[in-house]
Amino acid sequence: MRRQLASRDLLRWWLPQALFALAVAVVGAITMFVAAQNLSVRGIVLDFDFLSSTARFPLSESVLAYSPSSTFARALVAGLGNTVLLALVVSVFSTLLGIPLALARRSSHPLAIGTAGTFIDAVRNTPLVVQLLFWYGVLTVTLPPPGNALQPIPGIFLNDRGLYITSFGITGTALPLFLVAMGGLLVVAVLAWRGRLHQASVVTLAGVIAASVLWLSLGLGIAPDVPHLDRYNFVGGVSLTPEFAAVALGSILYASGFAAEIIRAGIAAVPAGQWDACRAMGLSERQCLRLVIVPQALRVMVPPMTNQFAAILKNSTLALVVGYPDLNSIANTTMNHTGHALECVALVALIYFTLAAMISLGMALLERRSGRWAL
Amino acid sequence: MTFVQAMTEPRLAPTLRPASPNGLALLFKGGVNLLATLVFVAVIAQALPHLLAWAVMHGVWQGNGDACRDAGACWVFLRQKGPFILFGIYPETQIWRPIAVVTVLVGLALWTMPRAHWTRITAAAWAGGLLLVLALMAGGVAGLSPVPVSSWGGLPVTLLLTVLSLAFGFPLGLALALARRSSLPLIRCCATGFVELLRGIPVVTLLFAASFLAPLLLPDWIRLENLARALGVFTLVSAAYLCEVLRGGLQGVPRSQWESAQALGLGKRDVLFTVILPQAIRKVLPPLTSTIIVVIKNTSLVMVVGLFDLVSAGRVALNDPAWPMPYAETYLMVGLIYFAICYGVTRYSLHLERTLAEDWQ
Amino acid sequence: MTAARALLTLAGLVASLSACSERPAVPTASGPTLAEVRARGFVRCGAGKDTTGFSAPDAHGHWGGLDVDTCRAIAVAALGSRDKAEFVPLTGQQRITALLTGEIDVLPRTTTWTLQRDAGGINFTIPNYYDYTAFMIGAESGAKTLRDLDGATVCVQTGSLTEIVFADVARRTRIVLHPVIFDNVQSTRQAFLAGRCDALATDQSALVALRAMKPSHHFTIIPASDDIAPLTPAVRHGDDQWFDIVKFSIEAMLVAEHLGITRANVEAKRQSRDPIIRRFLGVEPGNGRALGLRDDFAYQIVRQVGNYAEVYDINLGAASGLNIPRGPNRLRRDGGLMVPIGFY
Repeated sequence: MRRQLASRDLLRWWLPQALFALAVAVVGAITMFVAAQNLSVRGIVLDFDFLSSTARFPLSESVLAYSPSSTFARALVAGLGNTVLLALVVSVFSTLLGIPLALARRSSHPLAIGTAGTFIDAVRNTPLVVQLLFWYGVLTVTLPPPGNALQPIPGIFLNDRGLYITSFGITGTALPLFLVAMGGLLVVAVLAWRGRLHQASVVTLAGVIAASVLWLSLGLGIAPDVPHLDRYNFVGGVSLTPEFAAVALGSILYASGFAAEIIRAGIAAVPAGQWDACRAMGLSERQCLRLVIVPQALRVMVPPMTNQFAAILKNSTLALVVGYPDLNSIANTTMNHTGHALECVALVALIYFTLAAMISLGMALLERRSGRWAL
Repeated sequence: MTFVQAMTEPRLAPTLRPASPNGLALLFKGGVNLLATLVFVAVIAQALPHLLAWAVMHGVWQGNGDACRDAGACWVFLRQKGPFILFGIYPETQIWRPIAVVTVLVGLALWTMPRAHWTRITAAAWAGGLLLVLALMAGGVAGLSPVPVSSWGGLPVTLLLTVLSLAFGFPLGLALALARRSSLPLIRCCATGFVELLRGIPVVTLLFAASFLAPLLLPDWIRLENLARALGVFTLVSAAYLCEVLRGGLQGVPRSQWESAQALGLGKRDVLFTVILPQAIRKVLPPLTSTIIVVIKNTSLVMVVGLFDLVSAGRVALNDPAWPMPYAETYLMVGLIYFAICYGVTRYSLHLERTLAEDWQ
Repeated sequence: MTAARALLTLAGLVASLSACSERPAVPTASGPTLAEVRARGFVRCGAGKDTTGFSAPDAHGHWGGLDVDTCRAIAVAALGSRDKAEFVPLTGQQRITALLTGEIDVLPRTTTWTLQRDAGGINFTIPNYYDYTAFMIGAESGAKTLRDLDGATVCVQTGSLTEIVFADVARRTRIVLHPVIFDNVQSTRQAFLAGRCDALATDQSALVALRAMKPSHHFTIIPASDDIAPLTPAVRHGDDQWFDIVKFSIEAMLVAEHLGITRANVEAKRQSRDPIIRRFLGVEPGNGRALGLRDDFAYQIVRQVGNYAEVYDINLGAASGLNIPRGPNRLRRDGGLMVPIGFY
């Protein structure tokens, strides 16, 4: 009996796996052999030394410091910074926009249902590339040149070179004020997170008074930096390029369609009986929503939202088509100037894979946290 | 003193949810709804005249590039460039061939829709149709002049990539799903690693990687066209996505289904294809549809590796200096074509879901 | 097991869809590329989809341009017919990788000869066009020199030398230029024409071509520097015979112009008594054989493609509508940089 079992194990357990391992090894070995031969015939040598050479090419924008005299490694890091910024902006705003869309679609108002439904269907059923190209075309073709810039609100200028907003600088030594403000915000945030809203508002009030006193005693002033038209462009203030605007706007609208459906499904997944039961306990509508419905809906929403954030990260590579320098497009430029294509792609694939894994990990932590909310 | 209930509780009627009033009444019911209606009407009243002026009153329906300058929508551009956007740089005298290709593919898709048509004959028709379509595009047989793959473009490329990547990706995805559920750890781990790797890396990066990994990893005598490499990437990616969906479906089919089907004397393969798989697919029809739509939309990414699909044909058409670059019109047209395909698939899947549910009751 | 088998099946299917060709064992003595090209039956050239005048398909899908004709000359040399050339459309970002990985045999695609590229696994043969990087700006801006561009937004294409020259200009002259960078010619050009940028930076020839297509606009072209950019067809490292064949296919067109041999008179010139012409056209054998080609390869190039002046005229000169003056692309004897090398 035992021997029989052992031989069956051998046949059904070890043999298929051994054969599979053999097949993988053979295919892998053949591929490696062919690749090695091709590499040597074509004189391609793999090394990562080029990363420390000067990149020489410019970037149209970068959140991290970069200049053409930086290294290729620095250029890739700048691309990573742009990618992360874009992915964060899109993730946050698409989720925020998804909530009213989902609520509108669940509402009883026919116009709201119709509008939200049409919007969601339209963005979900057309490729993001087309939407990005569309928005970029709209932004660059329809907006006026800097000479005739629109000024919807004084101090804000809109033209085909971007959005320019007046920024405010503080004159004088503002460090103590800055520290007090930061500390106050931190305390308020912690209190709000714990649900102690009364204490949070008291701290806020105290903070505002303290800041005002400090402001006067330090003799600080405000110097607005109003954008003004130079020979070609507006200079000064804070600006947002049409490239970033197009890719962010397009991606936010696109992702919000998916977020809305996820949120709607999450809310729908909580049985109506939960509402009834909660009301029967004598809790108010708001309490029901906060304590009973949302925690359950969130738990349903975490896995699809994880996929959603990963998709947003991956879709950020489409920034390429409207000229926003993300990691993928800078890696392409790097391989073009250095010829080290294999190394660049390996690096980029590894980075995206790691980021996707980090999103999964982060959402798993959030899931644990949302489990605590439910208790 | 007894605590025994002496009389029955009066039976209460279940709480009635208020009957929902009809749509029109809702527009004006209650303060919030009324306010929302007013806001909607105000927005529409503001936007509609502009939109109408752009699209209709000032829209240009005939003439040339100069007629479109400082005017509304340049619809005449689409009329002039329509064939180019739809079929790319395919030789003009042979333009009937891509038209026939699109007709065959769309016709086959429409034919397959009623469930009565889900037969072996239809499957054979698809196989034959695909061979016919490829022969039509490539030429070199039956007196058709050969057309190099680099001249293929527009809608046929989009449709071919979609259909072929799903056709190859589905069996591969099923194989991966079964492998991920295998009891043999080595096979399970390999399949998991493969799927997670493909799902973690952006398709654009994979397309770039394929465009130079293919010549390096394949022996000299296999030369893959740009299109074939893109097809390879899409096949693997859709297999990875489909694997996850199918795996979910397979998990949802109770173990007892396997056991009872095998007890009936069915072979393993029969159990899988006639008992388990239909149930699994029925369970995951909505995510399956979303995945198929993702695959369709993904084909628009081939633009980044210099292939000539619908989107890049549109972009090239915009490059004609004789016209004032009607971006919005062009991308609206391209978007509408994709929308028609994707929305059609969604509606069909909803219909399928409904009829299948009725059948099972 | 299943996954591996499915993968193999898939690989087979994908492979069967594409053009496969059996390649004989690689001969080690002579270069492998010529043998490969002959076994395959056509030369694969990298091409640009939208570099008007150099390589671009027309509305009917026919390829044309200086680089396209260069490729045809190579096809004539290697295989005897100008039609045995296939054009692989490549983006600026893909082109060098495509040559390195063996996807194409030769890269005639407005690629500037630079040290980094030359050292990075490819060899540049000889220039078929001398160009320079320039800025084009609307005439109404009044800009005449680089200084006038201070503060301007400039559309630049990535993957080209232009982006490096652009960055150098800004660093050297200390003027501020805001780049907007795209991955392809169309987007770059469209953004410029849509008003996203004040100026467009690219090769002067491309700027002239664009200006010729927009007669209603007035543009000023400002050179980025005194430097010249030799656009040079390139081959992979490691095949000297193929390197020579490409070099002398280009030279054949230059030498033909130098010797006054045209498509029209090439037949008659075969009767010439001039030993140089007789050797060039292969009437006196030896030259072709030395390269591993047929002796009349130069004759065939002139007969099927034309000499450099003819090719230039059709693609970039008066007959093309672009009307780009020959400038540095004249022969040396006419004051240009094009040097005909002896067919001795």
